[in-house]
Amino acid sequence: MRAIITVVGKDMVGILAKVSTVCAENGVNVIEVSQSILQDMFCMIMLVDLEKSTVPFTDFSDNVTAIGNKMALSIHVMHEDIFNSMHRI
Amino acid sequence: MINTHDILETINMIQDENLDIRTITMGISLLDCCTGDAKSTCIKIYEKMTRKAEKLVKTGEDIEKEYGIPIINKRISVTPISMVLASGKGNPVLYAKTLEKVAQTVGVNFIGGYSALVQKGFAAGDEALIRSIPEVLDVTDHICSSVNIGSTKAGINMDAVKLMGQIIKESAEVTANKGCIGPAKLVVFCNAPEDNPFMAGAFHGVGEPDCVINVGVSGPGVVRSAISKIPNANITEVADMVKRTAFKITRMGQLVACEASKRLNVPFGIVDLSLAPTPAVGDSVAYILEEMGLEQCGAHGTTACLALLNDAVKKGGVMASSHVGGLSGAFIPVSEDAGMIAAATSGALTIEKLEAMTCVCSVGLDMIIVPGDTTAEILSGIIADEAAIGMVNSKTTAVRLIPAIGKNIGDTLNFGGLLGYGPVMKLNTASPAKFINRGGRIPAPLQSLKN
Repeated sequence: MRAIITVVGKDMVGILAKVSTVCAENGVNVIEVSQSILQDMFCMIMLVDLEKSTVPFTDFSDNVTAIGNKMALSIHVMHEDIFNSMHRI
Repeated sequence: MINTHDILETINMIQDENLDIRTITMGISLLDCCTGDAKSTCIKIYEKMTRKAEKLVKTGEDIEKEYGIPIINKRISVTPISMVLASGKGNPVLYAKTLEKVAQTVGVNFIGGYSALVQKGFAAGDEALIRSIPEVLDVTDHICSSVNIGSTKAGINMDAVKLMGQIIKESAEVTANKGCIGPAKLVVFCNAPEDNPFMAGAFHGVGEPDCVINVGVSGPGVVRSAISKIPNANITEVADMVKRTAFKITRMGQLVACEASKRLNVPFGIVDLSLAPTPAVGDSVAYILEEMGLEQCGAHGTTACLALLNDAVKKGGVMASSHVGGLSGAFIPVSEDAGMIAAATSGALTIEKLEAMTCVCSVGLDMIIVPGDTTAEILSGIIADEAAIGMVNSKTTAVRLIPAIGKNIGDTLNFGGLLGYGPVMKLNTASPAKFINRGGRIPAPLQSLKN
């Protein structure tokens, strides 16, 4: 399965590094990244593949959101299907 | 990849606009649990329900986490207990206590189906069940009850209307020390749907399969926010915006319903396209109407705005789901909607206006707090009026009134949680007693003769 990780918060050094480190540690492959800065707010969207993930999805989600809590960022990990079903017919 | 705007829109809907799946409701038939004896029937009910719903809560939580979408309630609806009672006999409260035990074992929020369908008359088990409702709502916490007293096909059973006025009043009296919570779990229906996933009126109809998954979506905040982005649009554009938004919300409901059905290995029944408010600010149907341009909900124009909203929600939602059912439309429960509470408190929203609104919304007079000294006949009169609207218009109408024992107009009654709070509303106190005491049946209207 594929999931979308979204990160929104105040820009600081190392956000991309930290999130991708967790992905690597859990065997999650990053397929695509897009990021932008809107008025000091950092906004990153990652498409990741969990096919070869070494942990269950819920654990991976907890690990990623844990960094969010530590860095005061709002991070969500959601199954790709929710966006597909909502925005594509 | 899906574009950034769409991704952020979805996240925003969930984070800031209270978009959620209101309920995953598992319908379970109890017909095969009837043994002809109360004790063994209850044992079979407990065994079947705990087996079927064993993984319901866990599956709901897993989907919630994986898809990042809140699923507020996991519930069960069962075959109307009056039918089970007709076979098993015995004390009806025994069945309710069995359901309560199931709720605690599997961890669901509510079980609906302590119900009777008496639109044409009382069959074995019906009257005994109805008379036990006040006690059941007092001694259980998770059981919801409903009684269908009329339909377009059958007319209105006025004996049942009379009885239900008394039952509502009695339910409030026996739970007076618990904030009159009893009648908040009791719905009186006309044209009750058999696949409704929403409480308190859910039950598993006899035409349903053995076990089924029904899902109710919600998202008044999302609709309000979408309309707020087009402040100068004309009303056609507003309707289109509601349709587009309802489509997106419903797609999510369909996804969750299919996923739950697959994981639980239970057939998918329907998605109920309802806009169900909660007392949280920003999750209100009244605010949608106000966003359309009313100073406050209840103003002249409210019924028209609600008609537009109700219709556009259906049009948008119907294409997004393979099977639509239940109540599907906009709910207007007063105590569960921040905007309705404010409007009722300020006096802008009256019971007469609410009655008019029920002609075009999906349900009826819902969660309305009335003075504690209201007579049973007046409660019955309100039920009869509401049932007449449903019967003639071939739509579901419901009444969920809460007499606030010991309180008067202007006082507040607080249930807490999703049931909310609200002011005691003024009723017309002229007596309909003679009409109610006549008994009998209002004949089915011409609309019923469609064959």
